[in-house]
Amino acid sequence: MKYVASEQSMLLKNYTFAESVQVCPAAYTTPGDINMTNFPVEKIRADFPILAEKIRNKPLVYLDNAATCQKPQAVIDSIVHLYSHDYANVHRGVHTLSVRSTDKFESARSKVKDFINAASEKEIIFVKGATEAINLVAQTFGKANIKAGDEILITAMEHHSNIVPWQMLCEQTGAILKVAPINLQGELIYAEFEKLLTDKTRLVSVVHMSNALGTINPVEKIIAAAHHKGIPVLLDGAQAIPHMVVDVQNLDCDFYVFSAHKLYAPAGVGVLYGKQALLEAMPPYQGGGDMIRKVTFEATEYNGLPYKFEAGTPSIADVVGLGAAIDYINEIGMVNISAYEAKLLDYATEKAKKIKGLRIIGEAEHKGAILSFVLDKIHPHDIGTMLDSLGIAIRAGHHCAMPVMDFFAVPATARASFAMYNTKEEIDVLMNGIESLIEVFG
Amino acid sequence: MFDDLRDLYQEVIFDHNRNPRNFRVMENADRKVEGFNPLCGDRLTLYLQMDGDLITDACFQGSGCAISTASVSLMTEIVKGKTEQEANELFKQFHEMTTGKDEQINLAAVGKLAVLAGVREYPARVKCATLAWHTLDAALKNEQQSISTE
Repeated sequence: MKYVASEQSMLLKNYTFAESVQVCPAAYTTPGDINMTNFPVEKIRADFPILAEKIRNKPLVYLDNAATCQKPQAVIDSIVHLYSHDYANVHRGVHTLSVRSTDKFESARSKVKDFINAASEKEIIFVKGATEAINLVAQTFGKANIKAGDEILITAMEHHSNIVPWQMLCEQTGAILKVAPINLQGELIYAEFEKLLTDKTRLVSVVHMSNALGTINPVEKIIAAAHHKGIPVLLDGAQAIPHMVVDVQNLDCDFYVFSAHKLYAPAGVGVLYGKQALLEAMPPYQGGGDMIRKVTFEATEYNGLPYKFEAGTPSIADVVGLGAAIDYINEIGMVNISAYEAKLLDYATEKAKKIKGLRIIGEAEHKGAILSFVLDKIHPHDIGTMLDSLGIAIRAGHHCAMPVMDFFAVPATARASFAMYNTKEEIDVLMNGIESLIEVFG
Repeated sequence: MFDDLRDLYQEVIFDHNRNPRNFRVMENADRKVEGFNPLCGDRLTLYLQMDGDLITDACFQGSGCAISTASVSLMTEIVKGKTEQEANELFKQFHEMTTGKDEQINLAAVGKLAVLAGVREYPARVKCATLAWHTLDAALKNEQQSISTE
């Protein structure tokens, strides 16, 4: 696995880590060393201005990170700096600002490439978000390669963005959507998944980590089994990307998609990674400026990768902000973040299990920092409103995964999802809040 | 601990949530409409017995949050014995109480439904309180079999 040291942003603060968590290759190999006391969480918190907000006169406890993450000052500053000093349209002008803007924009692409260890910048396509990335693949790769009677295989734990684009493609082409089942722990039933890989399967599209359950899928096994039959695999990394090291070459996935806003970066931008050969062979997505090489009224010659898929002026500042977020994360080290969050989840799970009447939804053995739960006779929306009055932000609802709710026979769940800036003390506040509201509801 | 929420979660609401009134299936109902709030997953089936334009009986089944359960429970109590026109007028007053401007609110006109006035301060929860009434509206118009808040 290759780690590329990020270029130190002038806006980023220097961190002093405790000896055992020095950001150096040695620390990466021993994530077990990270614990609740040597992870620099207080320093990290100080970098996120919104965490100092008071909500209903109480300190904010932000536990809705799976919906979207808060932004560090470095990311906010990068946007302010761009608009204050360097902003113009990209890939257009010969003037100085356009060159500066383009440099920053393309440097962010390069940071994304290193962050997920893609082979080339040509494989990094900027889109609006994970949802658009999946739609792009469905409407280009899908339309070119999937026909009536062919099958697309997903899992029963997908959220709507990895269901609906395929249903739309099936409607357009006559292809069939197959769904691999999950068990009561919220894990993919791998044997059933394998049986659904047939000679008709043209694409496997699975979530890397589930937003409603926290389950981390055995993606290495899934990819190996699909590739054995020559089937390409798309991984929906919207939830996985802020919680674990993602190395697309090591995974050997064909497509990987994620949204920037769940990675401490601005909303409005996302990434589609695709293997270069696949992207080259795909027809373009939208037509417009930037995606062309030559236009006449008779014919248009398309631009090369990655621009072929980036029609129109992109969300320039947000892309630059994504670059700053990646710099910030690299300073801390994704392996360290993963290890710390695993401890947070263990602590929260252990405490939650002690609360009478609380049922955890999603108890996969391999799980990311998400705790979905229901309470006896108390609707998740009441839980959400009650906790909000204590300054605690959680998500209550179906998490855009209605089939998952149906499977567990609940109308909705309450979900606490953790990020690197959350603390053990915040989990205590959450659990005390839950115990108190159970009392009030009697 | 939840002092800030006293206006929203009044004791009457907890009471109706614990022991919803008129919580049953009605065989041979004159009107039967399903209400659904896809954002919350709240679901209810409202049954009405009519005698001309008089609501002689109202009951419901379903599951939802405390606000929506209390709202539909209170509604079935209050509309029993009312004419369609009186029920429509109540709906109008209730709607204004939960979503209208301050000067439009007439708490006296809504009677014990006034305990739900607190949702005004919680825009995300207004639909929980109004689902029951939109379902009643559809039942009285006798137009649809199911309605959704979205």
